[in-house]
Amino acid sequence: KITYFQSILSYNGGCVVAMKGKNCVAIASDLRFGVQLQTIATDFERVFEVGPNLYIGLPGLVTDTQTVAQKLQYRTKMYEMREGRQVRPQTLMAMVQNLLYERRFGPYFVEPVIAGIDPSTNEPFICAFDLIGCASTPGDFCVAGTCEENLFGMCETLWREDLEPEDLFEVISQSLVNAFDRDASSGWGAVVHIIEPHQVTTRRLKCRQD
Amino acid sequence: MSAEMLAMSEYGRDPRKHHFSPYADNGGTTIAIAGDDFVMVGSDTRLTNYSGILSRNQTKVFPLTEKTMIASTGCWADVLSLYKDLQAKLTLYSQEHHDEMSTPAIAQLVSTVLYWRRFFPYYVSNMVIGLDEDGSGVVYHYDPVGHMEKLRFSSAGASVAQIQPLLDNQLGALNMKDAVPPKVTKALAHQLMHDAFISAAERDVKTGDSCIIYTVTKDGVAEEQVKLRRD
Amino acid sequence: MTKDEDIDEVHTGFQFDNLARNNMLVSRGIQMPTAVKTGTTIVGVVYKEGVVLGADTRATSGDLIADKNCDKIHYMQPNIYCCGAGTAADLEMTTQLMSSQLELHRLNTGRQVLVRTANRMLSQMLFRYQGHVGAALVLGGVDKYGPALYSIHPHGSSDYGPYQVMGSGSLAAMSVFETRWKPDLELEEAKLMVRDAIAAGIFNDLFSGSNVDMCVITRDGATHVRPYEVANIKGKRLGKYNYKRGSTAVLSSNVKKIEIVSETVKKTPSSTDESMDTA
Repeated sequence: KITYFQSILSYNGGCVVAMKGKNCVAIASDLRFGVQLQTIATDFERVFEVGPNLYIGLPGLVTDTQTVAQKLQYRTKMYEMREGRQVRPQTLMAMVQNLLYERRFGPYFVEPVIAGIDPSTNEPFICAFDLIGCASTPGDFCVAGTCEENLFGMCETLWREDLEPEDLFEVISQSLVNAFDRDASSGWGAVVHIIEPHQVTTRRLKCRQD
Repeated sequence: MSAEMLAMSEYGRDPRKHHFSPYADNGGTTIAIAGDDFVMVGSDTRLTNYSGILSRNQTKVFPLTEKTMIASTGCWADVLSLYKDLQAKLTLYSQEHHDEMSTPAIAQLVSTVLYWRRFFPYYVSNMVIGLDEDGSGVVYHYDPVGHMEKLRFSSAGASVAQIQPLLDNQLGALNMKDAVPPKVTKALAHQLMHDAFISAAERDVKTGDSCIIYTVTKDGVAEEQVKLRRD
Repeated sequence: MTKDEDIDEVHTGFQFDNLARNNMLVSRGIQMPTAVKTGTTIVGVVYKEGVVLGADTRATSGDLIADKNCDKIHYMQPNIYCCGAGTAADLEMTTQLMSSQLELHRLNTGRQVLVRTANRMLSQMLFRYQGHVGAALVLGGVDKYGPALYSIHPHGSSDYGPYQVMGSGSLAAMSVFETRWKPDLELEEAKLMVRDAIAAGIFNDLFSGSNVDMCVITRDGATHVRPYEVANIKGKRLGKYNYKRGSTAVLSSNVKKIEIVSETVKKTPSSTDESMDTA
């Protein structure tokens, strides 16, 4: 049987990018769900709400995207009930780290990206993981998914410090859309969440449908 | 190979043949942007082998005629071999016809030379850049076995993934409402090339040290070198 | 439903519930994805009054730089630090686990932890995992017997000596020590040597890069300097890439207001402080 993808992480396609701005963060993803070269759906959300201003993107193998999302939902809800407070982005990071590293020798094929605002300090937070839970917390942006190289190139050129929410939206959208237009496994629409302390703006973008 | 096989020690496995790999990946990135009366081409100057640096100052752009150049990256031995082959063919042509070959003709020649080795290809990503017979800039991009595409701008080599989307956006004006592709001036081409190399050097281990940018006009070839990070 | 979802039962250790599925994928010829590695140059050197540890800050996944400024010098105890090379997740989790076990050991014994204890515990753990936990370490510290420096290989063997190197840049770094090391180094000599060794890795090994981090451990405690030196700076972009607002075509937009139940804004000392307090 012919396989068109290099690794199982690219079987379904998809990508996620998160960026820091001035008192805000953004997380964006494409909407394609495919099986190798065949596109199955073009409205597949791979970014999930964890708290009022805390989101996690789970690009990778879709069966694991959904399993990990459900496991995290279970664990965060349990945390909220037990502790009687919201999950902080840092806490979610530790949670994901442990969940993924627990399966060091039989991993979930997802590379999560977290974007959120700390409810107690209003500090923007982003981080990204590899599939066995190695977290990196850069000060600018993190990317994951089938077109991560393209995303790195775009973000590295377009990102700058202290982006206002509206400018952050333009930068993250242009980075994402132009990056996935050069990748056959991602695209077919995009969704962007701009997270501020008092509100979350969710936009769907118009893009190429090929 | 199954997981158990991988976990076995080398001597525990079946006896097997060790394969000779004829190709090496020596890295390198090239960018080309065509204007109305010029064409700009740049390459980084790092030559690598596995995790080591072979050279920090090796251009990957070579002159073919007064107004045509070739940018080649990939397996360095093949780059040199291909260039030598092309030079010989161009010398024969010029001595036979008492004239230099035109850029579109060279572009076709390169495609043919590459296809001659269809089943043991040169492991090289090529771009031919130059001025056509009207004096306007052209860029031809190839795959290793000679498929040719004429473009206004392109990139090739190790960091193509990081660079090409940026060029699409900034020169092709893609995905922007009410935007038209900008007029490509030397300043714009130079700025984009410079910034693209900086971004590529940030994220690709095989790109760095410096970049050389050549500007081909009817008056000749101008050359400029810009430093990049060296780690 | 797997056992770990069982609220009453706490499971520790690795989970293998995906293993059968993943092995099935491998048997069908699918490659396993690669984890982030720290290509890495890490070094340590003993000097007159203590130990100096050094590391670069690049993490790679294939040819791609996944993290430009990661921390490879890990806290073990107030008198012991550990540099790591290899699989990034393994290093992070192994050092975290060992740090807490050493702390328990300290509390149980009521004594400062010996560097040789940390070395033995780490090598025994790595040996138990037969090299599957991909951690290559340079462990350094000062205890009642004076300064000590070990390197520990992924399979659990360990070396003891006045200078140690690990990682893909180890050959470049070792060349510096082999040329210049002498007994009873002064602090400044040792720091310069570590800096040069790491810089040799940063510039000559593709999978090491960015900054030099350093940690000096003496009888009086440790100072972890990050970054000690910025070996490379990002080039300055010529262009400005400011998009006009409204450049991106939007299909739909939805604003969700967040009801703030109570708000207390706590000022943090600095916004660049990324360290998480897990102690």
